Amino acid sequence: MTRDQALFQFLLRLGDSTLILSHRVSEWCGHAPVIEEDIALANTALDLIGQTQFWLELAGEVEGKGRSADDLAYLRDVWDFRNLLLVERPNGDFGKTLMRQFLFDAFQSLMLGKLLKSSDKRVADIAEKASKEVAYHVERSAGTVVGLGDGTPQSHTRMQAALDDLYPYVGEMFVSDAVDAVLIKVGIAPDPASLRADWDALVGRVMQDATLDIPKDAFTHKGGKTGTHTEHLGYILADMQFLQRAYPGAEW
Amino acid sequence: MSNEWPLWEIFIRGQHGMSHRHVGSLHAPDAEMAIKNARDVYTRRNEGVSIWVVEAVHIAASSPDEKGPLYEPSNSKVYRHPSFFDIPDDVGAM
Amino acid sequence: MYAQMVKTAGTGVKTPDEMSDQERAFQARIDAGEKIEPRDWMPDDYRATLIRQIGQHAHSEIVGQLPEGNWITRAPTLERKAILLAKVQDEAGHGLYLYSACETLGVSRDELIEMLHAGKMKYSSIFNYPTLNWADIGAVGWLVDGAAIMNQVQLQKTSYGPYARAMVRICKEESFHQRQGYSIMMKMAFGNAAQKAMAQDALNRLWFPSLMMFGPPDKDSVHSTQSMAWRIKINTNDELRQRFVDQTMPQMKYLGLTCPDANVKWNEDKGGYDYSDPDWDEFFAVLRGNGPCNKDRMAARVKAWEDGEWVRDGLMAHAHKNKIKNAAQVAAE
Repeated sequence: MTRDQALFQFLLRLGDSTLILSHRVSEWCGHAPVIEEDIALANTALDLIGQTQFWLELAGEVEGKGRSADDLAYLRDVWDFRNLLLVERPNGDFGKTLMRQFLFDAFQSLMLGKLLKSSDKRVADIAEKASKEVAYHVERSAGTVVGLGDGTPQSHTRMQAALDDLYPYVGEMFVSDAVDAVLIKVGIAPDPASLRADWDALVGRVMQDATLDIPKDAFTHKGGKTGTHTEHLGYILADMQFLQRAYPGAEW
Repeated sequence: MSNEWPLWEIFIRGQHGMSHRHVGSLHAPDAEMAIKNARDVYTRRNEGVSIWVVEAVHIAASSPDEKGPLYEPSNSKVYRHPSFFDIPDDVGAM
Repeated sequence: MYAQMVKTAGTGVKTPDEMSDQERAFQARIDAGEKIEPRDWMPDDYRATLIRQIGQHAHSEIVGQLPEGNWITRAPTLERKAILLAKVQDEAGHGLYLYSACETLGVSRDELIEMLHAGKMKYSSIFNYPTLNWADIGAVGWLVDGAAIMNQVQLQKTSYGPYARAMVRICKEESFHQRQGYSIMMKMAFGNAAQKAMAQDALNRLWFPSLMMFGPPDKDSVHSTQSMAWRIKINTNDELRQRFVDQTMPQMKYLGLTCPDANVKWNEDKGGYDYSDPDWDEFFAVLRGNGPCNKDRMAARVKAWEDGEWVRDGLMAHAHKNKIKNAAQVAAE
């Protein structure tokens, strides 16, 4: 695997994860529990769309086949997507959406922190911009997880159920493979496995404040980063890509 | 209904060393969330660098009936306004 | 117009002789262009009418998120998706500003929301029409926001201070909404045959409902006089509707689309377009709940509210616990 082939895969992992998560979060628009949360979720989704545009544009550039960010988002099929399985999980209730958001935000903030020092300036520049947004995302999602975990008995029960349900999708974030090995060597990206300890510490603190128990069973679902997805992604793409597929070549 | 999130008044300082200005209200369970909500609701277009939140019930206000006694006396103190003083043009900007 | 058919409280405009001293002084302030502020004395009917009008306006913003929100996940490019999401988010913000203005009149936001859900308050009829193809998102921005802006620009001068200030903020933020709609319409109208057909289809379906946004004709508009005397309504329904048609027709011509009203014609004498009235029976049917989407819209709002209850209660309970904890800490020190 060449450096650029690895970098292309890595950028798809970043950009596809933010794309699919933004899609899920945007499903809440107009349906959140209270107007202030509706607006806040839309801000998060907007940030994620913006980050997607940067990551996928760079991915297209690195690939060198003239594909734009839109081409990559709208004209690939499921097996070409490289997002984490975590972000394609259905929204569930508001608590599960915020739990998924926090688990991802915690990872993304650590990853971006390392990417600030990437040997590839283009990657470092995008990380610089995105890390400011994500610093706020993680603060907000952590606060909500704590508030709901330590809220009423009902909200506590729902948040514990959300954490139990999503936790098996956490491990995939820290899996290293051949793609990572190439990028670690040239100093473009960190070893995902090296982020685990800090992530555990951060998530541990928040879950303690939230009075929630982190599941002991460490089973890990994986496959998203290499293109083996759950059934949910197909429906997301059917929705997202409908116009581009139904009217090929049209300008919008 | 008793569980409604309290109302907060939001004050935001714009970019240029201005004082905080009342921009509107919102609901939040506590001050911390009120600040976060204010960031999301009232700075969507980069409107601010600093946010104050005050729970609406804690704002004491003058009564509209006292408008006369409170504000009219200052109407007679026109010398407080710079335009009261005639300065010759030759003096330059002052 | 997001507040249409607002029933004015009271018995009609009083002559100065019929007014109490307080009412006379109040009317004099309004006539002098002064703003009425929350703690000022105001007639009960003025307050009640404002709650209805601002509340209806706020509900319209929130329900209005739904028809456009319907296309967020299907927007055809990443940029269009971001713009649409930002725009629908703005509607939520505008709802929030308006609810806040309404709250200064002594009614809580939760009370207003529950009145909406109980069918005791209304929202604009336009949001009971569906968005069926992507050009609808263009047409909503161009026509629906265009009509709303026409009304809201006037309302910046309304007599109630908090309402006027909310309108100023909303108008400032909305300036991009109509343009983004028109920019979609241009892409569609100048695009391939299918896109052009979508643009025409959207216009065909949304033209008359947009005209309905201004409310029934002046001759049937029984509540206007008092509201205009109070300056919570500035222009008549027909004035605004005429202005809207006059503004929109050249824009439609530029797009090369055909107006679904065959009778639209420039009238040199009046310096404006002649046009056909929308079907007012349909308008009243939609208001009564029989529009194509009334049930879906209300079901979505009620579901969001009910599903969200545990979240609102949970966060409130946590805040309450913290307060007690902090108070105990202070007491211990």
